[in-house]
Amino acid sequence: MLMKSNSARANAAGIAAAAIFAAPGLAADLVISNWDGYMAADAIESFNEATGNNAELVLHGTNEEIMGKIMASGGKGLDVAFVSSPFAEVLRNLGLAAEIDASKIPNMSNLYPEAMMLEHDVGNKFSVPYAWGTTGLCYRSDLIQPAPESWNDLLDPDESLRGKTTMLATDRWLLAAGLLAKGYSVNETDIAKLEEVRDQLIETKETLLAYDDTTFYLKLVSGEATLVHAWDGWCNFGIAENSDIAYIVPAEGSDLWVDTMVVLEASENKDAAFAFINFILDADNHQWAAENILYKVPNKAAMDALPPELIEAFPNMGYSADSMLNYEQLRDVGETQRDYARIVSEIKAAQ
Amino acid sequence: MASEPAYRHLGNFLLAAVFAFLYIPIAMLIALSFNEGGMPTVWSGFSTKWYAELLKNSDIISSAGNTIVVAAASTGIATVLGTCLALGVETRRRRGSALEALIFAPMIIPDIVLAIALLSFFSLLGVQMGLHTIVMAHVVFNLAFVCSVVRARLKFFDWSIVEASEDLGAPALATFARVTLPVILPAVIAGALLAFTLSVDEFIIAYFTSGAGRSSITLPIQVFAMIRFGVTPEINALATLLMCASLACLALAQKFNRGMVGA
Amino acid sequence: MRGTSLRSNALMAPAVLWLGFLLILPCALVLALSFFRRGIYGGVEYVLTLSNFAQAIDPLYAGILLNSARIAGIATAIAVVIGYAAAYAIASAPRRWQAVLLFFAVLPFWSNYLIRTYAWIVLLNSEGLIPLILRWIGYPGEPPQLLYTEGAVITGLVYNYLPFVILACYAPILRLNPELREASRDLGGSAIATFLRITLPLTLSGAAAGAVFVFVLSIGNFITPALLGGGRFQMVGNLVYHQFLSANDWPFGSALSAILIAIMLLLLVAQAKAAERASGTARSESHG
Repeated sequence: MLMKSNSARANAAGIAAAAIFAAPGLAADLVISNWDGYMAADAIESFNEATGNNAELVLHGTNEEIMGKIMASGGKGLDVAFVSSPFAEVLRNLGLAAEIDASKIPNMSNLYPEAMMLEHDVGNKFSVPYAWGTTGLCYRSDLIQPAPESWNDLLDPDESLRGKTTMLATDRWLLAAGLLAKGYSVNETDIAKLEEVRDQLIETKETLLAYDDTTFYLKLVSGEATLVHAWDGWCNFGIAENSDIAYIVPAEGSDLWVDTMVVLEASENKDAAFAFINFILDADNHQWAAENILYKVPNKAAMDALPPELIEAFPNMGYSADSMLNYEQLRDVGETQRDYARIVSEIKAAQ
Repeated sequence: MASEPAYRHLGNFLLAAVFAFLYIPIAMLIALSFNEGGMPTVWSGFSTKWYAELLKNSDIISSAGNTIVVAAASTGIATVLGTCLALGVETRRRRGSALEALIFAPMIIPDIVLAIALLSFFSLLGVQMGLHTIVMAHVVFNLAFVCSVVRARLKFFDWSIVEASEDLGAPALATFARVTLPVILPAVIAGALLAFTLSVDEFIIAYFTSGAGRSSITLPIQVFAMIRFGVTPEINALATLLMCASLACLALAQKFNRGMVGA
Repeated sequence: MRGTSLRSNALMAPAVLWLGFLLILPCALVLALSFFRRGIYGGVEYVLTLSNFAQAIDPLYAGILLNSARIAGIATAIAVVIGYAAAYAIASAPRRWQAVLLFFAVLPFWSNYLIRTYAWIVLLNSEGLIPLILRWIGYPGEPPQLLYTEGAVITGLVYNYLPFVILACYAPILRLNPELREASRDLGGSAIATFLRITLPLTLSGAAAGAVFVFVLSIGNFITPALLGGGRFQMVGNLVYHQFLSANDWPFGSALSAILIAIMLLLLVAQAKAAERASGTARSESHG
């Protein structure tokens, strides 16, 4: 029977071990999740120094990834999440996003007036825009003649481009390319139109090298791909490595994407979360971000201070706020999201 | 076995081809990890700078630390539970196929299924996820592996010695310590080493059962993020180090428990 | 001996409890979730429905299931043929070499899966090593696209699981009594007939175990199709991943997982039956 107590001890050891890991210990008081390389490498450190917080940064690869985590945990353990606007809307609709207390974010006044009026969240009630821009075509101007002009140059590419193009993998942007090409809304809910787009995208699939959300600009640099579906800021990463890479918004237009900062309702340290957002919106900090991540930021004070050489090297950094507002924002489409998910599955499964 | 020279040559050729297939990708990563320029297609001179870069990368260092904590904790728990389970199953008179299935299931269940099952489970119970949930999940498959290695050893164990010892009035624990344990110890150590290796490399389950903070990011989760954001020479250096660690663990396990790999 | 039985049960209890709580209960939960409905914004509405299973067998998702089974099947067939042959060759090697050969055949299996998969990206991408070598040896024109193809996905799966097949096939081949084969040869059986009627049936159990392992892990895999398929191939594993991490349709993801669990159980039973029958046939043939 002594052997029994042996296993009981093992059990106790297990429980003790679990208890040790469950203890918060030296846990950070503010956890921020952002895309890799989407803010200054030392931003968290300087924030901690400036405010005496103990914030930490975690990374997510895609909106979906962080959404999955938040849904699974109810947002517990996370304070600020960087997500694109339609996902911010979903978080609000699920009651997972906290109301933004503007009085604790005085630097909000640095934003363009347009950035306070964004359709998905007029008045920035539950999300604060961090970066914005267009989605278009990023290509090797030395390898493609003539330069692409239309979404159809990607969707129905020239024979010479077969196997040399990539498209974004995320549901909404993949469909947006097809919708824009046909002149439809990027938030289309008419199933017949969506199916028309699906058929086009299935045809396009045969010509693609891959679906790629994260390394498309590297494929351009290496020459694996010559024309890719890209967010403007991420195309700039490629331009920085090879000046033959160029970006255009196709003739049919783009969506206006907005990446936002959302404070989670489950956060136990909302004041620090607002302080963090305020820190990011500081003109110098936000300018530093724009210069280093090469994405446009909706911060007038920061953008006005950008050196002209930067805009010369990366022309899309010069797009004006009001020109971008001509484009439609991706919105949460509610119930239709199921059709979107299904259609994307149909595209991805097509042989 | 076969003595026909033609078959022998065919066999040697086949083995050479299989080993080339298995080791060329690994050898390439190791070679690239010492490539100054870091590009896969251009050799620009020998350098250990990528190892230096690796050691400077605090994300990798902290995730490696987390991985060691997870692997050590899950191995510790799994070794005790798995060994007890093996002893229990082997001394049990009745053999139940349900029990056998329960022990076999964790080794064969697709990772993604176990991962989402645990994610749903923890999420439903409102358990905050973190390193502790990864440990709990890793124990599930680790204990099955430890159990199977120890059971293989127990198949050749002469239980009459235990009975004799107990008939002579030795307490059960003393009998275990002096008779049973010395015999199964090599298998226990080997099982523990294998469990440790499995846990260090496990990605899918850790990815789904990890928490939100940096503090629960393990090395494979970090590697996945790095691979997704492109090919960086640091990964080659990391791959080389991980490969060496696996080699050391498996070689140790083999040394302790001769023939285990073939058994 | 009641004491022993009690002790056995007590020894087993902690592990059985652990598996009960962290394997059986979660799997039961998956099964239960698969009968509920998805809420508009994800989450689960506790309304009983069979719609998740109906969805799983509609042509789109049934097609993905079948295609995954096809890709997993091809990978399994290749891995088993190569693995069996390699195990046979190892078992035929000089005795002192066998342990070393087996050790190095199995070693890659114990190293990081992601990194082994990543190695193939480096080898296969169009600016990578294999196309470079193809050009260097004078391949006419542009080398074909290797990465992001079905072939790349299958290669990745075979590469990752081959060591396990070799291991699973080796033990039964080694245990094979050489006298049986010699007897068959002495009685005039050709080498092929001997292999087919004696060797193969007696060693099939290892191959079957290896096959089940490769098939189950391949069909549920999502990393290899994601990294080597460039997102162009949708397998059940990707679909499950997608339901849980992006579509937020946990009930449907659960139904797909339940199907995977069912496939796994079916194959395990089939494998046990096949192994039983194979050894039975071989025994009667060697007697007859």
